[in-house]
Amino acid sequence: MLEIKNLHVKLEEEDKQILKGVDLKVGEGEVHAIMGPNGSGKSTTSYVLSGRDGYEVTEGEVLLDGENILELEPEERAAAGLFLAFQYPVEIPGVGNMTFLRTAVNAQRKARGQEELSATDFLKEIRAKAKSLKIDAEMLKRPVNVGFSGGEKKRNEILQMAMLEPKLCILDETDSGLDVDAMKLVSEGVNALRDGKRSFIVITHYQRLLDHIKPDVVHIMSNGRIIKTGGPELALEVENNGYADLLAEVEGA
Amino acid sequence: MNRAELKQRKLDATSVRLEGMTLPAGAAWAEALRQDALSRLLAMGLPQGRDEYWRWTRPDTLNADAAKPAVVFHADEAPVFSGIDRIKLVFVDGVFDAEASDALEGENLEIMRLSDALSADIHWVKDAYGVQEKKAQEPVERPFATLNTAFATDGVVIRATGKVAKPVSLVYLHRDETSDAILHHVIRVEDGADLTVLENGPAAARFNKVMEVEVSDKAAFHHVRAQGRDHERRAVTHVFATIGQEALFKSFTMTANGVLTRNEVVLDIQGDDSMAHVAGAALGDGDFHHDDTVFITHDAERCESRQVFKKVLRNGAKGVFQGKILVKAGAQKTDGYQISQGLLLDGDSQFLAKPELEIYADDVACSHGSTVGAIDEEALFYLRSRGVPTAEATDLLTLAFLAEAIEEIEDEAIAEDILHRLEGWLTRRRVG
Ligand SMILES: Nc1ncnc2c1ncn2[C@@H]1O[C@H](COP(=O)(O)OP(=O)(O)OP(=O)(O)O)[C@@H](O)[C@H]1O
Ligand SMILES: [Mg+2]
Repeated sequence: MLEIKNLHVKLEEEDKQILKGVDLKVGEGEVHAIMGPNGSGKSTTSYVLSGRDGYEVTEGEVLLDGENILELEPEERAAAGLFLAFQYPVEIPGVGNMTFLRTAVNAQRKARGQEELSATDFLKEIRAKAKSLKIDAEMLKRPVNVGFSGGEKKRNEILQMAMLEPKLCILDETDSGLDVDAMKLVSEGVNALRDGKRSFIVITHYQRLLDHIKPDVVHIMSNGRIIKTGGPELALEVENNGYADLLAEVEGA
Repeated sequence: MNRAELKQRKLDATSVRLEGMTLPAGAAWAEALRQDALSRLLAMGLPQGRDEYWRWTRPDTLNADAAKPAVVFHADEAPVFSGIDRIKLVFVDGVFDAEASDALEGENLEIMRLSDALSADIHWVKDAYGVQEKKAQEPVERPFATLNTAFATDGVVIRATGKVAKPVSLVYLHRDETSDAILHHVIRVEDGADLTVLENGPAAARFNKVMEVEVSDKAAFHHVRAQGRDHERRAVTHVFATIGQEALFKSFTMTANGVLTRNEVVLDIQGDDSMAHVAGAALGDGDFHHDDTVFITHDAERCESRQVFKKVLRNGAKGVFQGKILVKAGAQKTDGYQISQGLLLDGDSQFLAKPELEIYADDVACSHGSTVGAIDEEALFYLRSRGVPTAEATDLLTLAFLAEAIEEIEDEAIAEDILHRLEGWLTRRRVG
């Protein structure tokens, strides 16, 4: 599904290397978690995958189903099936949530050579999906993320993901800012999308989310690299002991 | 250039402009009003680039002895407002076309062609024609409006005596490449009456239009105007309005294309507890110059005024906004709001704004703001990351930018129509 090979990324504007050789392989239907200290490069990895400006790839490649996506525009990557749930969802005054989602869904369908969704079909689908995430109709009418609480923004991200039905979902700290009930809702939303084919990368600081969304593989990122990969027990180890031991282990090696 | 030289230039420009023009005939009182306007014009002279009020908009082509030819634009869509149930009045190159127009009648409504009204021995317009235009020459001269009062060849005179169900829709067609039209409308919305006036169409190669509106106590006047999409038109327009007590005045203008457009709006709020809103959404691409010049005077208590002007500019297009709120002594509890914003889609375009507040009352809340900026990169990336192509995402953000202005249109069907046009304009521009 996804293969990141020796990815080196620096900031475009300044001489600052942020990713220093990231290697990651996510198979079809798998759930991978990425944990790691603040500033280690987790969000940067997700931004580079989705094609945000401001970063320069100096080495390495990213293959999605064998195709190098680094040459693609963000919208093309989205059409190819990549989705990023933002750590900080963007507020867009003046653009209605509903209009935004319909435009996005239809743009992707068009890019894939599918028929546009009719207004009624779209409405039916979004209502059902919004309901399961406890997003009320009024929120759908409001401008994208404007005046949404932190938790509402995160739920809105999951709603978008559910509507766009991507192949690969990257969730960047979707759990932060969620109360216990919202965390359950969001996890259920994510789990409902697990169909054995769709893959997930879940970036998080907390083991708690991983109780709900069970990862197959856990990676620890530090200073622009994946420094350790293991099973779900690795997340527990981080939860209990923090990163100090892991970092020391790597430095010692 | 000293003052005397500037004055001389203005007077010279006036002789050039007026060469061969004669005052239209009419009733004696009407001819006297026109003669008065002509004298006033000859005394003040036409504007020059040196005039403070014309610093950002070149008046040369408006001053020229003839209109610069403008290619007739053939739209590939039904004109705006076609779907609205309305009373349609058609002007072709500035001449009323009775054949193409609906009957000049309606419930609670009196409509007459300007030339007929100005030829009648007795008509209420005698106390209205050019009156507001004349008053609005203080403190800033508006010579093109004076020229209009003197030489307007056509127009309508409308009196609303109650709620008028259908909008009166003025449609300006352009057929002749060198047409030079001068239209003057006088509108009186009487106590408690309610009237909507729509305007659309390129009108002429060069267009000078004045609309004088009197909104009486408890009356409401709605004005929605669409200028464009013709490219080569030059237009200078003035809306003058006096607003009575507990009255409502709302004017919205959408402009797309046009090499030169100067829209002046001069409002005088005279009655307490009234509301006056003026808004504009302009889209310019390339050889486009668009100027909104607004002057709102608060001369009554507890009134609210809003100015919301948005311009989207690219490929070297230029947008100008000059907006003033004057709060007279005694106009307590005035609530004045003004926002002007330019959205520059590239580095070649320019938005110039001069917001002004002049306040002589102590208990008022006035705010004004002006911004120039590009498309928000964060928002753009967010949309693109959801699969919306850059051009389409830019359009969505452009419409979002214009939304605050469009929201000023009260009638939903009309607002929908305007929005639809804007979307179409953006799409066409994108698709080519
Ligand atoms: N545009 C930028 N300008 C300057 N520094 C940047 C920029 N983008 C990322 N960085 C830096 O790169 C490093 C990695 O940041 P990143 O956001 O990827 O970390 P993270 O692992 O997601 O951290 P967190 O857990 O706090 O979300 C940080 O030191 C950050 O300050
Ligand atoms: Mg982060």
